[in-house]
Amino acid sequence: MTPEGSPAPPPIGDTSSQRDFWRRVTGAGSSLGQALLLPTLAFVTALIIGGLIIALTDLDALGRLTTEPGAALADMFRSVIDAYRALFVGMFGSVQAISEGLFSATPLIFAGLGVALGFRAGLFNIGAQGQIQMGAMLALWVGIYVTAPALVHIPLALLGGFVGGMLWGAIPGFLKARSGAHEVITTIMLNFVAFYFMQWLLTTPTLQQPGRGNPVSMPIQETAQLPLLFGEPYRVTIAFVIAVGAVFLVRWLIFRSSLGFELRATGYSQQAARYAGMNVSWLIVLAMAISGGLAGVAGANQIMGLPPYDASPSLAGTVGFDAITVALLGRSHPVGVLWSALLFGALKAGGRTMQAQAGVPLDLIVVLQALIVMFVAAPELVRVIYRIKPKSNALGAQAGEVS
Amino acid sequence: MSLELRSITKRFPGILANDAVDLSIDPGEIVAVLGENGAGKTTLMNVAYGLYGADEGSILVDGEPLAPASTTAAIAAGIGMVHQHFMLVPVFTVAENIILGDEPTGAAGWIERKQASDRVRTISEKYNLAVDPDATVEDLPVGVQQRVEIIKVINRKARYLIFDEPTAVLTPQEVEEFFHIVRGLREDGKGVVFISHKLDEALEIADRIVVMRQGRKVAEVLPGETSEEGLAELMVGRPVELVVHKGTATPGTTVLEVRDLVVVDDRSHRACDGVSFTVRAGEIVGIAGVNGNGQSELVDAITGMRLPMAGSVLVNGEDVTAAPPREMHKASVAHVPEDRQESGLVLAFSVAENLVLDSYYDPPYSKGLFMDWSKVNETAAQLVKQYDVRTAGISVPVGTLSGGNQQKVIIAREFNRPAILVLAAQPTRGVDVGSIEYIHSQIVAKRDKGAAVLVVSTELDEVLALADRILVMYEGRIAGEFSPTDDITDIGLAMLGGGQ
Repeated sequence: MTPEGSPAPPPIGDTSSQRDFWRRVTGAGSSLGQALLLPTLAFVTALIIGGLIIALTDLDALGRLTTEPGAALADMFRSVIDAYRALFVGMFGSVQAISEGLFSATPLIFAGLGVALGFRAGLFNIGAQGQIQMGAMLALWVGIYVTAPALVHIPLALLGGFVGGMLWGAIPGFLKARSGAHEVITTIMLNFVAFYFMQWLLTTPTLQQPGRGNPVSMPIQETAQLPLLFGEPYRVTIAFVIAVGAVFLVRWLIFRSSLGFELRATGYSQQAARYAGMNVSWLIVLAMAISGGLAGVAGANQIMGLPPYDASPSLAGTVGFDAITVALLGRSHPVGVLWSALLFGALKAGGRTMQAQAGVPLDLIVVLQALIVMFVAAPELVRVIYRIKPKSNALGAQAGEVS
Repeated sequence: MSLELRSITKRFPGILANDAVDLSIDPGEIVAVLGENGAGKTTLMNVAYGLYGADEGSILVDGEPLAPASTTAAIAAGIGMVHQHFMLVPVFTVAENIILGDEPTGAAGWIERKQASDRVRTISEKYNLAVDPDATVEDLPVGVQQRVEIIKVINRKARYLIFDEPTAVLTPQEVEEFFHIVRGLREDGKGVVFISHKLDEALEIADRIVVMRQGRKVAEVLPGETSEEGLAELMVGRPVELVVHKGTATPGTTVLEVRDLVVVDDRSHRACDGVSFTVRAGEIVGIAGVNGNGQSELVDAITGMRLPMAGSVLVNGEDVTAAPPREMHKASVAHVPEDRQESGLVLAFSVAENLVLDSYYDPPYSKGLFMDWSKVNETAAQLVKQYDVRTAGISVPVGTLSGGNQQKVIIAREFNRPAILVLAAQPTRGVDVGSIEYIHSQIVAKRDKGAAVLVVSTELDEVLALADRILVMYEGRIAGEFSPTDDITDIGLAMLGGGQ
């Protein structure tokens, strides 16, 4: 008999220290200011380290470092400047560059919002990739088989994407609510299931392009294709505008609506949410469903937003995983997600230019992205580097033990 | 020979935690440092132990200045601290925890387990600290874990021992045992600092009492020269009512009826084993009992947080057995939960959000998905004022408030609605003296407005002060019913299973 009434060990992943840890990493709980400042500083820091990498991989200059150090260092410096100049030209240097950035950012915004919403509800949804693929499949079916004017067909196909992702996302939510199965495990596994399920679907006569042996679908009807935002040759579509709208809708949903109140309460403390009369099981399913639905819209975009307007197994690319990065970088705040998706989109566009003009491999962009996220996931590190005093928040003040 | 803190000043952003505080402890004496939450007691001791550096002032051990902000230096100088939250590795044995950081090793770097166990045995025999050196720490009750901490400190040759709120986690029996241990330490010539906000304990154990308020040392008194009332006034800065003023109850119809309730705890053990009682409108029924005798599970089952195995719960004659919390809320049942920080509040949420935590779902706060935040803020501002919640604003996270003010947020939220039944579990645990007075008066006010009130507390004094009728729980059953005027020893006996 202990004084505290011997509480049973809490379920895995739900001890308060573990929850605090994930909240710090995912930034769930961050305000908008925090959601924008830290990532920006992380980006700057990553650029500096990226510069060092470029300099140190300039093998020619590196070889001369002992014989003529001055010239070698100057050369290194020049290659860094060249690479970053090309990178920034590729990111912002022309309308074409900006359009490419927005084009790449669009699916990241949708899927990133989905992941961020999950984070806010205390759920680590690693399954965006599978949800994108399933969303794409339903959007594809609507795009091929429904006949309607574009004004109806496009929203309907996007809705198909949402529903497809939603159903796929609801499965791990249901499993967690019913049996406590951890969503990290189930969503990762469902990613594999989704991928092979999609491959099979793409070989069924309903979807497969006649005469093809490999899993490639028929194209969707023209009425379901997303119109270009600025016309040829700029690839960005109206989906970008819809994505920005979704940012503010999700922001409202999380921070202003009663459902968001419940989701956030559940994310912080399931015990308190239960005490307050909230249906925690239902909220877990719902959060996963909405999270998956938003990822599913990204899937619809992958089919409806670029020629040849059909589906192949690689349709999701790495969007589902980049979305996790984007949500982390955006500190799980919808506006932060928008900002970091734009950054990642621009980096992708700029990286291609950097590779073409400065000969620095595109892989450096992946390294930069990884560094950025690393610094964001370790906010204390960035705070130390830039000597930012941590704001005393709820947990910080307690740790401070002023008594 | 003494540990001397000279004019210690410590600032945190926006807070002057210690303002030129002097304190000295001699070997062989017990000094109580008394103060409300936030008075600066723990900060002062953390400075002494080297966890923080002081902004001004110095620390002398036996006349020698101590290097600031170094726990290593403090430990080497013979200062030991037992924290409120134990610093033990749960999966290690007692002996392993005690030698941690100072392991006796053999030739090949093996840890000498036998030697470690022997060391523990020697210390525990000398100071009456009964502990099995080979038990795993996580299996031990909190009171025994505390002994492990004490042995750990003694093992490091501490001559000055600081205890931070040591009794907050102990049962009344464990408190007695703890005092016995502390007296043993004093006899052995150790200097003991006892941080507390409990007046009676300071009076009982201390040779000298230092009172702190808002970072300052406001008084230094001898226990014989003062009283609980005197100490409370020094702590709070104004006269405090330690007795609850209430008129006689005028009980009406039965509001809560619990029949043969059986509830199992998380380990499938029958925590409540056939509990029956009633609470009528306009009366306060207090449930006394040592913690862990099924009180928590009883309240959980009544409020729908836990499903009962058998039996029924009726509110105003209507069967609400196993009704979910939302339904109980709609039936005008107010619930002040036992676990304030895990259940009662979302610590990261703002004060305003917490003030509508269980009533957000209906007008005037919500209509479907839409929430009227200006209405929420308006209510919050009014409640903060009405219930005297000391906060920097309604938008700061509730976790930044002191324990007493956090509890006032819950009281404000639960008591602001008309309630037919009030369930208050441990309503003043960890709450400072000034807030206790206020919370008690609010509970009595609820009764006088005609609500049926059930108070569950492990503090017998609290039950005695509030209740019109007392039920004692022992091992999942009601072990007796008493009137607050009955002999206290009978009640105490029933709490220990002695009674009938």
